[in-house]
Amino acid sequence: MSQLAQQLASGRFVVTAEIAPPKGTNLAPALDGARKLQGVTAVNVTDNQGANMRLSSLALAAQLQQSGTETILQLTCRDRNRMALQSDLLGAASFGIENLLLLSGDHSKFGDHPDTRPVFDLDSVQMLDMASGLMAGFDMAGKPLDGVPRFFPGAAVNPAAEPFELMFQKVSKKVASGARFFQTQSVFHRGSLERFMAAMAPLGVPVIAGVLLMRSAKMARFLNANIPGVKVPQPLIERLECAGDPMAEGLAIARETVGWARELCQGVHLMTLGHEGQIPAILA
Amino acid sequence: MIISELKPLEELQQALSSCDKLFLVGCAACATACKAGGEEEIFKLQEWLAAQDKEVTGSVVIDEACHIMRAARDLRHHRIAVQDADALVVLACGSGIQSISSNVEKRVVGGLNSMFLGNVRRFGYYEEMCSLCGDCILNETAGICPVTTCAKGLLNGPCGGMEDGRCEVDAEVECAWRLIYERLQQQQRQGVFARRVPPKNWSRRRQPGRYHLKNGGR
Repeated sequence: MSQLAQQLASGRFVVTAEIAPPKGTNLAPALDGARKLQGVTAVNVTDNQGANMRLSSLALAAQLQQSGTETILQLTCRDRNRMALQSDLLGAASFGIENLLLLSGDHSKFGDHPDTRPVFDLDSVQMLDMASGLMAGFDMAGKPLDGVPRFFPGAAVNPAAEPFELMFQKVSKKVASGARFFQTQSVFHRGSLERFMAAMAPLGVPVIAGVLLMRSAKMARFLNANIPGVKVPQPLIERLECAGDPMAEGLAIARETVGWARELCQGVHLMTLGHEGQIPAILA
Repeated sequence: MIISELKPLEELQQALSSCDKLFLVGCAACATACKAGGEEEIFKLQEWLAAQDKEVTGSVVIDEACHIMRAARDLRHHRIAVQDADALVVLACGSGIQSISSNVEKRVVGGLNSMFLGNVRRFGYYEEMCSLCGDCILNETAGICPVTTCAKGLLNGPCGGMEDGRCEVDAEVECAWRLIYERLQQQQRQGVFARRVPPKNWSRRRQPGRYHLKNGGR
């Protein structure tokens, strides 16, 4: 059982962070960054994040896992068909990777290969079903597996999405398909997090709230324009704009959000985008 | 209908660089309706070719260029002009272009790019609503196709990129899943939301498609 699964089961507040594979083969900064992470239960390894081509998330996750860092392997439906997704998941299991975050994936339009043919053979609900099937010993064709993987599958959600009921019916489907935990898109409103957690309560699946470290108003505007599902509210942008030290203000905002998560959720997922050294300050 | 558009003229110019005498073919069906390959466009093409010092040996607008036998018949009626040409330039969809290329030995140059099976919103505005997947889910989705009108073709609800009910790929476009959700609500039906939709059977869309009416499709 992964540490993440154990800690969530025991009710301990978990902290996850994320590391992006390099554009190229130089793994040193990513491995080094992971070693320096403090107070983190598991590290998400992003999969061609933002539809930008990078070294495979499975390769970096395998190396991290073997050097003693627990990972959450992110896998999107954008770049692989059902056969490739299944073989990558079996491959992940062979490296001892258990935690998964199974995603649709940002559309390729947003990335550095906008001319590619997006795959989306499965959606995230179907991929969760597939992972559950593998754990039960069968592939999607119903063929038995020689050696059965053990996974702790997770899913993503944007708790502030509107219409709420439409978003939430998919959350319910994800739970029915085997999602054992949720990691959320960046949270900016306490109110929408409260509403989401109230709806989640009957499902009994732990939620790890996404917290984004914003370093400036400019960065917040960039995120709004370029990252699907991220909408930094205007009052927060103004706080960053007016602050003498925007980084300190960004840290303060992140600390406040962590505070809401400690009250309402089962953990936080810290998106520090290269400033992993600030994690202790965010958790302080 | 099939929506098509004229290829960039530079590309056509290059494709025709070694041909001096050309026979032109248009299509009276879709390519005419979307103003890409009817009488008017054939005429414009002829003028442009004249300006490139090319000779046009003749032209025909076939009723439905995708009809292989009909295309053969129409080309036979213009046998001499076709024989006289170095190549045929076809303003029809890819299907029409291949009806022609399967009927003549000569080189065939397609003048259009075919884009999608389109609905007409109003004159000149075309929208793709069906991607001919062979495994239709419309009866469960209140008559709105997520395979086509969701940018990711998702089958179990919207992705995390939906913002205020709009699509992450184009904020001008309403999320297909929101439209499905609202219409089902209006109809007081659960529809597709009543079940987890299993992975799609893409073998129904195996390439190349074949259908024999007499043999029950096989």
